[in-house]
Amino acid sequence: MSHEAVIVGGNRIPFAKAGGRYAEASNHDMLTAALDGLIARFGLSGQRVGEVAGGAVLKHARDFNLTREAVLSSALSPDTPACDLQQACGTSLEATVYIANKIRLGQIDSGIAAGVDSASDAPIAVSDPLRRILLKASAARSTKDRVAALARIRPSHLAPAAPSVREPRTGLSMGEHQALTTKSWGISREDQDALAAASHGNLAAAWDEGFFDDLVTPYQGVTKDALLRPDTSIEKLAALKAAFGGPDGTMTAGNSTALSDGAATVFLADAQWAKRHHLSALARVVDAEVAAVDHPSGADLLLAPVAAAGRLMARQGLSLDDFDLVEIHEAFASTVLATLAAWESEDYCRGVGLDGPIGTLDRKRLNVTGSSLAVGHPFAATGARIVPTLAKLLHRKGAGSRGLISVCAAGGLGVVAVLEAV
Amino acid sequence: MAALERVFYSPAGQSLAKRAGVPQAQQLRRGRTWPSGPIVLAPLGSPTLVRDALIALGREFHHPVIDTPGETPPGYGARIGAIVVDATDVSTLDALEGLRAVLRPALRSVEASGRVIIVARPADGDWEAHAVARSLDGINRTVGKELRKGATANLVYVDKSASSADVQSTLDFLLQGRSAFVDGQSWYVGTSGTGPQPTDPPLEGRVIVVTGAARGIGASISRILSRDGATIVAVDIPAAGESLAAVANEVGGTALHLDVTAADAGERIAAHVAQRGLRLYGIVHNAGITRDKMLVNTDADRWSSVLQVNLAAQLRINEVLLKKGTAGGLQDGGRIVGIASTSGLAGNKGQTNYAASKAGVAGLVAAMAPDLAERGITVNAVAPGFIETDMTARIPFVQREVFRRTNSLAQGGSPDDVAETIGYLLDPASAGVSGQVIRVCGQNLVGA
Repeated sequence: MSHEAVIVGGNRIPFAKAGGRYAEASNHDMLTAALDGLIARFGLSGQRVGEVAGGAVLKHARDFNLTREAVLSSALSPDTPACDLQQACGTSLEATVYIANKIRLGQIDSGIAAGVDSASDAPIAVSDPLRRILLKASAARSTKDRVAALARIRPSHLAPAAPSVREPRTGLSMGEHQALTTKSWGISREDQDALAAASHGNLAAAWDEGFFDDLVTPYQGVTKDALLRPDTSIEKLAALKAAFGGPDGTMTAGNSTALSDGAATVFLADAQWAKRHHLSALARVVDAEVAAVDHPSGADLLLAPVAAAGRLMARQGLSLDDFDLVEIHEAFASTVLATLAAWESEDYCRGVGLDGPIGTLDRKRLNVTGSSLAVGHPFAATGARIVPTLAKLLHRKGAGSRGLISVCAAGGLGVVAVLEAV
Repeated sequence: MAALERVFYSPAGQSLAKRAGVPQAQQLRRGRTWPSGPIVLAPLGSPTLVRDALIALGREFHHPVIDTPGETPPGYGARIGAIVVDATDVSTLDALEGLRAVLRPALRSVEASGRVIIVARPADGDWEAHAVARSLDGINRTVGKELRKGATANLVYVDKSASSADVQSTLDFLLQGRSAFVDGQSWYVGTSGTGPQPTDPPLEGRVIVVTGAARGIGASISRILSRDGATIVAVDIPAAGESLAAVANEVGGTALHLDVTAADAGERIAAHVAQRGLRLYGIVHNAGITRDKMLVNTDADRWSSVLQVNLAAQLRINEVLLKKGTAGGLQDGGRIVGIASTSGLAGNKGQTNYAASKAGVAGLVAAMAPDLAERGITVNAVAPGFIETDMTARIPFVQREVFRRTNSLAQGGSPDDVAETIGYLLDPASAGVSGQVIRVCGQNLVGA
C-alpha cells in the first residue's frame, strides 16, 4: 500500500528581533507556544500524533531533549514521541522531509515538523581555562587543594564564551562568506536593496490581506512579525552603511537578515488518514534533496541548494517552468540573487555536476508573501515557516500547482523540496 | 484606588464593614449541585405538572407546611432546600391566598442558596386571570428581594400545551447551582414540534460555536459547555489567538481566528465545521465590545463599531448558517443564543451604542424564535448584569462596589453563571424554551 504525505497546515508565532519582544522567552517556551497554536487550529488537544521532529540551532545543554520536552508542555497527548533534529538553517525543512518520509513509509499516520531559535537566549558557556580549573577544584581532596586550584582563576577566564556564528573551518562569519560570494558574482547593491524592499512589501500585503490568520498565532502580545517595515523603500535601504565586505561592501543591515527569535510548525499526515479524520490537505510533499559544497576549499558557502535543486529537478523530470511558485530563503538578499545567477550559469551548474543551467526564474513567482529579510530568520524555524506558507499559496492556485523551496545552511549545506497542491 | 480596595477587603476592613452594616456576600451554591435540604412541592389545587416533572428528574419531594391563623406561625423545624409551587391552576385573586399560605412558612426556613420556584400559566382567560398572572410576577420579584443568603426566587410560565417533559430542564436548572445568579426572573416555557430530547451528558457530541471565546465570559462558556459534552469551535479575532489557543486546547476543541464582522464570517464558520466533517448544533454569539461615551460625544465610528460587532455581525452570520443546504450550517433542532445586557434592557448612561446593540439582541431573538420553530431551532438570549470579568475589573473601585452590590444577592456574578444559563438554553431538553431573554443579574435594581 502506498502512502502519500500531505501538508495539512501549520502554525508559527510572529517572529521578532533578537533581544526584542521575546527576550525573556526560551526555545522551550516558543516551541511550546507554536505547537499549542497548531494543536488548537486542528483540534489535536489530548491526541497522540505519530511523531514530532524539531530542533534549534542555538541550543542550551539543558535542552538536550528540547522537542520532547516542548511536547510534554503542550496540549498534545504525553504519549506523543519526539526527536531533536538539527541541520543548521535547514533544520525544520529537513524535519519536514523526515516526517514526510516516515509517513510515506507507512511508519506514522501524522507528524509535526518544527523549528525554533532564540538569538536572545543563546547558550553562554564558561571559558575553557575556567572550566578546567573548576573541574580540578571539584576533584580536589582537601580544602587547601581546592583553594589552590581556585586561586588560579584570572579575570580573563571569567569572560563568557558566546556562541559563535562563524564557520569552524574558515573562521569567517556567514556574512563574510556571503560577501565573498556577492563580490565574485558581481551582485549589485541596487538589486539587493530592491529584493529586500520587495520582501517587506510582499509580507506587508499578505498581513493586510489576512493571509496569515490561519498560519500564525500571536505570542506575548506580538500579533505580527515584528521585523516587518511596511514603509521601507529602496531609497531608505540605499542610505544604510555596509555591514559586510569592507567599506565598499554592498551588504547592509537592510539587505541581510537580522538575528531573530521565533518558532514554527508544520502538520503533516498520510493523505488517506487525513481524509478519514476530516482534515483537508493543502499540498503533498513530492520530493526533497540535500546537497553540500566544499566551502573550506573556496566554494560559495550558501550556494549548496543549487546542486540540490538541479539534482531534484532532474530526478523528478521537472524544469523551472514547471514551478508556479518558488521560495528561496533570504539569508541575505545577495544569497537569493547569487542563487538565481547560479541557476542561469552553465559553468556553475556543470561545475556542481548538473547537465546544464537550471534556467531563468520569472521573479513574479519568487517569495510572493515575503521571506526572511522581512519576516526574520530564527535559524531552525525558517523551513517550517516556508512549508505551510507555500502549501497554502499553492492550494489557492489549484490542484497540481507546484512549488520549490530552497534553503541554504551553515556548513555549506542546502536543502530543497518540491510541493504540489492537492 | 487600589489601596482603598485592599483595605476594604482586608480582614480588618471586612469586620469594620460588617459592623457598619454593609451587606456581606453569601458564597453561592454553583454548578450541577442540588439543594442540601429537602425539596418541598406545593401544588395549589390539584395540578400534576410539577409533580410529574420532579418524579422524572428523580427528585424526592415533601409536603408543604401551610400557614394557619394563630399566634405563632407554623414552621418546618429545619432548613428546606427549595419550595416549588405549582400554581398552574391559579387564576383567581382568592387563589393567591394559597400561595401566601405556603410561602410564609417556607421563607422562614429556606436554606442558604435555597430556591423558591413558582410555576404558573401564561396570562389567559378573563380579566381577573390576566391580573392574577401578573400578580404572580410581582410576588416573585418581591420574594426575590426578601430572600437572604443567596436564596433566589424565579417564576416560570408554562404553556398549556407543554408537558411535564417540557419543564424538566427548566426545573433542573432552577433547582441546581447552575442558576445561582438568576434571581427574580420570569420566562416562558412552551413546547416544540421535536419535543425535548434529553441526553446525558446533555451536550454530548454536539458542535457549538462560541464567538469571543478567548477570555472572560466566552472562555467560561466554552468550559461549561465542554463540561456538558459539547465539541467547541472557539472563535475570536486573530490578535487574541494566543489565549484562544489555550481555551481551545483546554476544552479539546478547535480555534478559528476570525473577526465576526468580516463579510464572509458566516461562510468561514460553516466551512470550518464542514471541513472537519461536523454538524453544527449551536452558536453562542458572545463576541462583543464597548466604546462608551455620552451620546453628545459619540461619533459615527464609535456608534457603528459597537453595532457591527454586537448585532450586525450575528445577523449576517445567522443568515448564512440558517440557509438550507449550507454545508456546516445549523442543523434542524439546533440552538442560537445571543448575549443581551441589563444595560440594553434598562439603558445605561454613556452606553447608547451598546444599549442599542444589546436591546437589539433581545428584539432579534423574539423575532427569530417563531420563524424558526418549525425547524425545531430555538433562539434565546441571556442578559448579564454585573459580572466579575477583566472588563468590569477596570471600573473604579467605589463605582464597581456599588454596581456589584445593588442586586438582591449583594454581589457580582461569575462568568460561569452566564455560561450555565446559556448551557440550559442549549440543552436539547430545553426545546420548548424559545424567544426568551433571561437576565443573569442577581435581580439587579437596574433594568426592569
